[in-house]
Amino acid sequence: MAGDGTVQLIDEKGKRVDGRLKDELRPTEIKIGVVKNADGSAEIRMGKNIIIAAVYGPRELHPKHRALPDRALIQCFYRMSTFSVNDRKSPAPSRREKEISMLLSDALTSVVLTDKYPRTTIDIYIQVIQADGGTRCASLTAASVALADAGVPMRGIIAAVASGLANDIVVLDLFDLEDQKGSGDMPLGYCPTLNEISLLQLDGVFTLEQFDECLDLSIEGAKRLYDIQTNTLKQRYADIRAEVAVDEDDEVKEELKEQLNDEVKEELIEQLKEEPKKEEVKEEPKKEEVKEEPKKEEVKEEPKKEEPKKGDE
Amino acid sequence: MGDDYVISEIEKHHIQFLLEQNKRADGRILSEFRKIAIETNYVQKAEGSAVVSIGDTQIIAGIKATLGSPFPDTPDSGVITTSAELSPLASPYFESGPPAEDAIELARVTDRAIRESHAIDLSKLCIVPGKLVWILFIDMYVLNDDGNLFDAATLASMAALATTKIPKVKIISEEPLETEILEEELEPLKIDHYTVAVTTYKIGEYNIFDPNLKEDQISDARITFGFDEQDRIVSMQKGKLGIYTPEEVKTQVRECLNVSKSLRKELMKAISK
Repeated sequence: MAGDGTVQLIDEKGKRVDGRLKDELRPTEIKIGVVKNADGSAEIRMGKNIIIAAVYGPRELHPKHRALPDRALIQCFYRMSTFSVNDRKSPAPSRREKEISMLLSDALTSVVLTDKYPRTTIDIYIQVIQADGGTRCASLTAASVALADAGVPMRGIIAAVASGLANDIVVLDLFDLEDQKGSGDMPLGYCPTLNEISLLQLDGVFTLEQFDECLDLSIEGAKRLYDIQTNTLKQRYADIRAEVAVDEDDEVKEELKEQLNDEVKEELIEQLKEEPKKEEVKEEPKKEEVKEEPKKEEVKEEPKKEEPKKGDE
Repeated sequence: MGDDYVISEIEKHHIQFLLEQNKRADGRILSEFRKIAIETNYVQKAEGSAVVSIGDTQIIAGIKATLGSPFPDTPDSGVITTSAELSPLASPYFESGPPAEDAIELARVTDRAIRESHAIDLSKLCIVPGKLVWILFIDMYVLNDDGNLFDAATLASMAALATTKIPKVKIISEEPLETEILEEELEPLKIDHYTVAVTTYKIGEYNIFDPNLKEDQISDARITFGFDEQDRIVSMQKGKLGIYTPEEVKTQVRECLNVSKSLRKELMKAISK
């Protein structure tokens, strides 16, 4: 896949073709609950990438003999829309799609508490609506959020991003052109709270120094993505909490909603301010988030119980 | 993977009981549509695209154009091919794998309405007769199934086509054939007819429009009509096991025609943006 390095991807001032610096992520936005039928879902827009992930389960597995006696099976299905790329993709599943599906399933299996749901399957369907490089990473990022939205218990949330070489310079979050014309590509899936790498691939030619730099840069990028993931989830829980505050009258409910929204917004704004700076400052708030994690799960469980879960039928 | 859709008898009876009183479970009257939203130019990498929501039903359609050879029996016509995928992403009742009967029917009914209304002049897609024509792929993905996929699919396809832009092709030499695609010089695809499909669903003795998933599932029969903007009928498909009397069909085609006008308004509004 790696190009020959003849295309100029980064200028003398360190600006990339799309105007980013070498350690800059593309603008990333995550929306939760985009597929109403699903138990959990998320849409990620990362640069021009548009990807939807929907979670169904835990539910019964067919054929039954594939069921695991001691844990749930995690099945990821990564599919690209025919119109998501410049030249129409054949609608039949490609070998690439199958490999990515497997890698994503394996990565997610490492964080989901699968032993809580023996003999079931948790299916994660991923549809790439528009591809702009780094789709497997964006898919993993979205899938993690969708699983959290579904209330699936997890040890942590995976954020994923690819770094690589543009004219032999290590850059974060490759987009389409850099992916094709750059000389190296290293997708990485990482959970900051667990310090675990769950997806790792590489193609191209790296020196040992470039390899180290690339790995470090990706981990920094993943941490920033993780903040976007958790903030989006917090916002979602805040909305749900306000919605299910049935005992309160409408006025109190509105107040609560606004208050919660403000809290999350403030945090988000602060984080955005911090982003261009170096990361040392950010270590502290992160530890707090880790503690909050189990709490979030609880909040999520409540509204789910209110309505009959589709997966239960 | 997907489970069969099971709807309880009591729920079935409840829906029928409400219909007797000209009511529906979500508060609509029998002929009422849910809220329609159309967003065009959703996918920049496609030549044209649109996401259509009717209530919680959501479909995305994308158009891709590639150069290819025409069919031997129509050497001076371009080609359109339509496909639909009922991805398991969209519903716990859809299964992975090659398109099943219902996905094929959805694509073919949509294709028929567009093709038979001559919505697109295929001869304009011809570049070198007998040798080189544009092939337009209309590909649809259901993103969430809450009933009435047929109307949404045609709406999405038409909105995507109407916002499609195709590059000009320069012929460098005829023999041997050599051409160049001028990626920068895009021309909007000309739409000759603004086709809309409307489906009437029959539950017991009642006919309704725009069913949600439950109403869709318990319906006995449906007819999808395609109409052009001159109110001509351009396509029709009866589906499911139930039957219609000739009188019913005559009434339904008129009611559907009426509804088609408001759907077309939504279409025109979205594509003129």
